[in-house]
Amino acid sequence: METRNILLVGVGGQGTILASKILSDALLEKGYDVKMSEIHGMSQRGGSVSTQIRFGKKVCSPIIGMGEADVIVAFEKMEALRWFEYLKPGGRMVINDFEIASAPILMGAARYPEGILAELSAKADVSVCRAAEIAAELGNAKAMNIVLLGALARVLDLGDADWNAMIARNVKKGFEALNARAFEAGAKQA
Amino acid sequence: MSERKLLTGNEAVARGAWEAGLLFASAYPGTPSTEILENLALYKEDLYCEWAPNEKVALEATIGASMAGVRSLAAMKHVGVNVAADPLFTFSYTGVNGGCVLISADDPGMHSSQNEQDNRNYAVAAHIPMLEPADSGEAKAFTALAFELSETYDCPVLLRLTTRICHSKSIVTLGARGAAPVIPYKRNIEKYVATPANAKHMRARVAAREAALAAYANSAPINTAEYNGRKIGVVSAGVAYQYARDAFGEEASYLKLGITYPLPIERVRAFAAEVETLYVVEELDPYMERQLKAAGIACIGKERIPEAGELDADILRKSVFGIAPKTLRADTPAVPRPPSLCAGCPHRGLFYVLSKKKNIMITGDIGCYTLASAPPLSAMDSCFCMGGGVSAGHGAAAAFKRVGAPQKVVAVIGDSTFFHSGVTSLMNAVYNKGDSVSVILDNRTTGMTGHQENPGTGRTLMGDETAEVDIPALCKAIGVKGQNIYIVNPLLLAETEAAVDDALAKDEPTVIIARWPCILKRFSAADRAEFDLSSKRCVIDPALCVKCGQCVKTGCPAICAGEAISIDEASCTGCELCRQLCKFGAIALRAAGGEA
Repeated sequence: METRNILLVGVGGQGTILASKILSDALLEKGYDVKMSEIHGMSQRGGSVSTQIRFGKKVCSPIIGMGEADVIVAFEKMEALRWFEYLKPGGRMVINDFEIASAPILMGAARYPEGILAELSAKADVSVCRAAEIAAELGNAKAMNIVLLGALARVLDLGDADWNAMIARNVKKGFEALNARAFEAGAKQA
Repeated sequence: MSERKLLTGNEAVARGAWEAGLLFASAYPGTPSTEILENLALYKEDLYCEWAPNEKVALEATIGASMAGVRSLAAMKHVGVNVAADPLFTFSYTGVNGGCVLISADDPGMHSSQNEQDNRNYAVAAHIPMLEPADSGEAKAFTALAFELSETYDCPVLLRLTTRICHSKSIVTLGARGAAPVIPYKRNIEKYVATPANAKHMRARVAAREAALAAYANSAPINTAEYNGRKIGVVSAGVAYQYARDAFGEEASYLKLGITYPLPIERVRAFAAEVETLYVVEELDPYMERQLKAAGIACIGKERIPEAGELDADILRKSVFGIAPKTLRADTPAVPRPPSLCAGCPHRGLFYVLSKKKNIMITGDIGCYTLASAPPLSAMDSCFCMGGGVSAGHGAAAAFKRVGAPQKVVAVIGDSTFFHSGVTSLMNAVYNKGDSVSVILDNRTTGMTGHQENPGTGRTLMGDETAEVDIPALCKAIGVKGQNIYIVNPLLLAETEAAVDDALAKDEPTVIIARWPCILKRFSAADRAEFDLSSKRCVIDPALCVKCGQCVKTGCPAICAGEAISIDEASCTGCELCRQLCKFGAIALRAAGGEA
């Protein structure tokens, strides 16, 4: 099979790395060659972040170029806009309907762009996920990343992986059940 | 069946070192190298590892462990090797007892660094062999090989990683821990005492060793050729090989080098003879290309492939074949999202005060606080290297004084950075009767790299309690007068401003210690005893707010200036900086979850 490229984009602190870890473990269990790339350090202080996952028979480069992502999951709406050029024409985008203002917006020097969902939906195959609301309904806003992972698993058609085991292996003790519910709720979304 | 796991390059290096019987490791944290030692610490039943105050100390401690006969390792980011270069160059002359590996984690593209220097040049300059893994599996295997080479050829070995190797995960097959021999120590003055008389003999041995290593490199099994079509051949190493493999595809032939110093030039010559056109694909400097061209091997390199920044498959396709990717385009631009000081960051108070001072130069340093250079605070004039702010500040102050310029100088430095190399800088300012103000931002941890312990935190990498540097006592011992040392809570603006004004008025070296823990840190019992860290938040009363925007000028990411000014409940930590600035009493403090 050809190598498939998944890009998870968001804002430092949103949990893209944890979601990527669980997905990568699941892909490894399914027998794929997998590479995952993440960036640590200064950008984590509220900056734009991305983690990249490539899987297939044999994966070379650990990073995804422009126009190469089969699926992009945007944990934040404006990040969907920022990374849109990385989506492969014909690719799929899952966008969390959730806004985080960046520094120029907070300072009043710029406005948060309007109409992002409409614009991107007109140009590509976009699913909107209400991950923030769903996580809040489940009782923990931080589980938003796992809701989005559930949506991604559905899009990738990886439903048969042992997700509960992969989640339990990666999340903090005591949060397994919550995250399993978050994953299921997300899988119903996409 | 042996276990297969997805590991980052850093995790794989730690695993490889453990499997190779490593007994000693030392490092100073620095992105992208930090996790190597953090992962080694997970094997603390089997080995000893520590955070050193800086990279020079880390390498020197590692040299000592090697002399004592055990396999040892030092890890650092690329710029850290500059700090450790002094012992490195002579260690190359003396050679090792137990196998010794130096890991340099370079940062092409400067994801988290002040420059993107190419540390492959260090292997040439120090005459030490260099290995470059291209994924995590190789990171593990090459670490073990590096120890063997170190012992066989009696020299330290440079394992050169880059950000995408350090922080990318790929599949690694785990092995068991092997037993490395502990080589008994015997006094050997001619080998380890680098006096000029001894060093001359050592230098001759280095030349002989290099010739032997070149022979090894030319037949080393970690250099592999893959012959496909003969029109195009590619020589590459490290992560650049992976990009090349994607960009040049199945049609091209490849020579992938695992050892890149000494460069296996005869191996390359033989490969070049098999292909029509030879490309050299490497990130940063034309390190291999220069050597190929000097050896008369025709090749295409940096005249097509960019020298600055990271490479990827796209960049190669574009620069070599002129193929641009097909992309979708959004018409609406995304607003930039630069990183910023966190909500509740204690640095913000100090820098807010400094941002209001006229006629000062603020010499900065390496750490989260460098983010204070960004608007709206814009409160920093320079940032070069670890410890550099305090020394540059002293020099600038002396020059301003000499020419009668009105500026005073404030140097800012973090606690871990102060221990790294700020202590000698402060000593210089005191010894040479300077009048710069040195601010030590003591946030009780090493913040930027993710909260590592340091000599000021009272705890070691392996989790043991230990002695804690007494910063005021240290400053006094250096010669700063007691009345010139101020200890402030940087989140209290009046207190901080009074100290800054008082210090700026003095004609002697002064030190302000801004002491408050990093808001992201896991607080210790000692932190909880010393600081009020109870859960609070600030709220704006819209009836009282006149939208003057004073609170917005702190650059706090919890404060949003929209139609109305509001504070995000989830991100506010109740540091009260904004509350102190509000002239209209519109900001109230609440216990988190409670009423005003």
